[in-house]
Amino acid sequence: MNLLNISGSPHVHSDESTKKIMWRVNLAMIPMLLCGIAYFGLNALLISLVSVACCCLFQWLIEKYLLKVPTTVCDGSAVVTGLLLAFNVPATADMIWLVAIGALVAIGVGKMTFGGLGKNPFNPALVGRVFLLISFPVQMTTWPTVGKWFPMTLDTTTGATPLGIFKESGLSDMPGLMDAFLGHIGGSFGEVSAIAILIGAIYLLWRKIISWHIPVAFIGTAFIFSGILWLINPEQFLDPVMTIFTGGIMLGACFMATDMVTSPMSKTAQLIFGFGCGLLTIIIRNWGAYPEGVSFAILLMNAITPLLNRWCKPARFAC
Amino acid sequence: MTNMILTAVLTLGIIGAIFAILLYFVAQKFKVVEDPLIDEVAEVLPGANCGGCGKSGCRAMAEAFVKQGNMDGLYCPVGGEDVAKKVAALLGVAAEASEPKVAVVRCNGTCANATAKNNYDGLKDCAFANTVYAGESGCMFGCLGFGNCASACQFGALSIDPETGLPVVDQDKCTACGACVKACPRHIIELRKKGLKDRRVYVACRNQEKGGTARKACSAACIGCGKCAKTCPFGAITVENNLAYIDFNLCKSCRKCVAECPTGAIHAVNFPPLPPKPAAPKADATNTAAPQNNEKVEHTVAPAAEPQKAPANNQ
Amino acid sequence: MKTFKMGGVHPEENKISTQAAIEVMPLPKQVVVLMNQHLGAPATPIVAKGDKVKVGQMIAEAQAFMCANIHSPVSGTVAKIEPCKDFVGLPKNAIYIDVEGDEWMETIDRTPDIKRECTLEPKEIVAKLKEMGIVGLGGATFPAHIKYSIPEGKKAEYLIINAAECEPYLTSDYRVMLEHPEEVCIGASILRKALGVPNAYIGIETNKPDAIKLMTETAKKYQGIVIEPLKVKYPQGAEKQLINAITGRKVPSGKLPIDVGCVVSNLGTSFAVYEAIQKNKPLIENILTVTGKKLPSQHNYQCRIGISYNDIIKHALGCLPETTGKVISGGTMMGKAISNLDAPTTKGASSVLVMDEAEARRNPETNCIRCGKCMHACPMGLEPYLFSALVKNKRAEEAKQHNILDCIECGCCYFSCPANKPLTDEIRLGKNMVRAWMAEQKK
Repeated sequence: MNLLNISGSPHVHSDESTKKIMWRVNLAMIPMLLCGIAYFGLNALLISLVSVACCCLFQWLIEKYLLKVPTTVCDGSAVVTGLLLAFNVPATADMIWLVAIGALVAIGVGKMTFGGLGKNPFNPALVGRVFLLISFPVQMTTWPTVGKWFPMTLDTTTGATPLGIFKESGLSDMPGLMDAFLGHIGGSFGEVSAIAILIGAIYLLWRKIISWHIPVAFIGTAFIFSGILWLINPEQFLDPVMTIFTGGIMLGACFMATDMVTSPMSKTAQLIFGFGCGLLTIIIRNWGAYPEGVSFAILLMNAITPLLNRWCKPARFAC
Repeated sequence: MTNMILTAVLTLGIIGAIFAILLYFVAQKFKVVEDPLIDEVAEVLPGANCGGCGKSGCRAMAEAFVKQGNMDGLYCPVGGEDVAKKVAALLGVAAEASEPKVAVVRCNGTCANATAKNNYDGLKDCAFANTVYAGESGCMFGCLGFGNCASACQFGALSIDPETGLPVVDQDKCTACGACVKACPRHIIELRKKGLKDRRVYVACRNQEKGGTARKACSAACIGCGKCAKTCPFGAITVENNLAYIDFNLCKSCRKCVAECPTGAIHAVNFPPLPPKPAAPKADATNTAAPQNNEKVEHTVAPAAEPQKAPANNQ
Repeated sequence: MKTFKMGGVHPEENKISTQAAIEVMPLPKQVVVLMNQHLGAPATPIVAKGDKVKVGQMIAEAQAFMCANIHSPVSGTVAKIEPCKDFVGLPKNAIYIDVEGDEWMETIDRTPDIKRECTLEPKEIVAKLKEMGIVGLGGATFPAHIKYSIPEGKKAEYLIINAAECEPYLTSDYRVMLEHPEEVCIGASILRKALGVPNAYIGIETNKPDAIKLMTETAKKYQGIVIEPLKVKYPQGAEKQLINAITGRKVPSGKLPIDVGCVVSNLGTSFAVYEAIQKNKPLIENILTVTGKKLPSQHNYQCRIGISYNDIIKHALGCLPETTGKVISGGTMMGKAISNLDAPTTKGASSVLVMDEAEARRNPETNCIRCGKCMHACPMGLEPYLFSALVKNKRAEEAKQHNILDCIECGCCYFSCPANKPLTDEIRLGKNMVRAWMAEQKK
């Protein structure tokens, strides 16, 4: 007979695990990946593969040779980072190798320097993305046009994102709302299709991996704030519906702002976090140099997450 | 252009001046008058902030020294005699002599001696495991082996031997600060006199249960038979609650008790090997071959033979 | 349907022994009666080696304030009085009794008749509870006579009987409700009378519909017994949560239920109270569930106190299955792992739960991913992840400021943690650390 195990109570555990959570997030991102491949073809697939492979490889190398700890590649968090990073870059041939540098920064600087999963203050995929955006501004803002379905070629013609169009030439050339919803617009390949993102988000909500607070606060704030601006001057500002369906708001609100590690825990703090993300995004979009501000908004809010955790305590049962 | 530079220089200069004045007044207002002697004493102390003296840190210790004005009851175990002399000189009092000590692990419950009767699966922390159950071997006095002592040690002098599951003290690194003594929930570690030529004899057991029960949990437990106490020519050994204890102030390190102990619970460290006797066949050269091996020490009737030159050893 | 407002989890219920009727456990050759089977100071033996004792005879007396009398569960001869190791392996003073026959004290009414009338005054009831050695059977084994002596200046308004049985696996309270509904209601009425409150509320989780139905019907015959169906959610049966669910009141930090006018007793206690007051039978038996997913049979036993866990296992199962990984006394969420199966059972024992090796092993701990699940699961609104860090860094003062002492150790945090961090263990350690720190501050 075995020796009896001894431990303090409780003696049972829910079947939750970090691994399960991470792989479920990966599952939730499959629709976006498929959409990206559908719109941008082989490039999108190659970028995703390179990004995921590099993220896993760098994590394994750092854990094995620098930190000398057992590897945690299997927990799927590197895959999440890899996919999110890939979703945040334009699907051009240039990015296939650039994304590897992004992966190194995301994993090496964004995550492992702080001690690995759970200890990073900033969303690693966004750290990688912003690094690429600042270091390679030309490549990172060269967007492929979306023409036909399943373009099976590596050569792409370049176009612009709706937000870029709006910033440059105003309302005249904007794509229609339906195109924006389905994703038939220019942009990073993971962010274009709102419907794919929503499918993933609903799955995450059902699995209780994310709660509604951050996405709703984020998108709601962006909607209301841009709506106010639009009512003041419809010529200068984009209408609120287009605002939330273009650019990275949907992807950011559902997949990146909700990252467990870098978002606050209590419901109130999550609402504040979402509100801050929405507000900063619209401010950067309308008054900043970049046409898009989701990444910066989320990273800035990541920075105050520890403070939010401190301020917004859960309600105590017994006072 | 000149205008701009001028503006910048002026603005910054004025801001700087304002802050300088502000800081000056704040510093004046909140100035704390402190005995400069505290700084001097703190300077002499080791600065490890280990808390071995019982104060929260070296600074607090320095304050205590100055406030009291003498050395009574205050001793920095880390700095030892040197520091005590220096502090005494600063305070203008005579230093007392005190012998150097070292941490000693009083448990013999190696994986082999105290076989596991169950398997602990909870938080790896001695203080917590101590509240959950008696221990893997069933000995409620024995080492739990999760290394609270090792993590409490500021000097890297303690480590858990993975083979025996017991902590090992590196006597050269040990400063006898007593942090491990406080960290151990079972009070297994004791500060004992380092002894002449680092030789010391001690009972490596804390089990106060009756002999039979104690032996059930651990084959090398002290069973309180009292043979050692009868043998000791100096009256250094007392048996209380089925447990022998050697008073290190009386012990003359004759090692008579070591050979007498039926379970091998009495350890003698850093001694040269005893001359081989027919009665003690196990005390032979095998031990000299493995001077670092803790387990050998415990199983022999005679003490482990350890060349004195060997700098690091188990106790 | 009532419930507490904050946190909570849903562990797998695993109530697999619900169909097993209560059997009587045969007497062993020897029983060992521990002297501290209750919260507080150990009782003092009043018999000596060689004395003949009868079933129900007092063998140890409560001499301290927080203490309870202990009666012999068997008839026979006192073999010895010396320490015996309890189920976690720590020695406790004990009386060993060699069993000879089964001769009961004449005062005890052993007929199955139900005695409904209770003519005793509240003070007499409390005195009799003390005499009969009744303690709370919900796990804390708090001496009943202390609980029912309401201190000066405080007033009880609610009596709550906890029949939630929110712990997975346990079915002893459920079986008692099904087999002894009248007795339970009479016991509750007696306690109600002792406190002088208008109503006794019996809270039952809705996963026991037949018990709710039967109890509701039975309760109609008695004045002031109210059955409250409760939502199935752990820890519904925790004292503070139960009070919150039934009365909406919240016990403030560091206060007792009586401070908000509530007294909570376990269902098993009210059954024991009936037997003690109406039948003169001291607390010498308890109802034990013997259960486990991989066991060939499931049982509920009426079992004399002092029978060893090994004897129970031997009678119920023959021997433990080869793959046994853990044996627990109590439920899976708050029960204690048994390391010494030779130990005797005590008044508070409610189950012998046999877990499989695969089920029992904890998964390795990984990094905290700050998901906040522990915080949302905590029924006290605390932040377990924060305590984990504070305890690791030995920051007692901060842990106190974040109200670590409010923790009821229900285990919801560890249960819900995806990183498998032993949060409940760490918090227990932290509570000890904080108490030590506070004691030092007082000095």
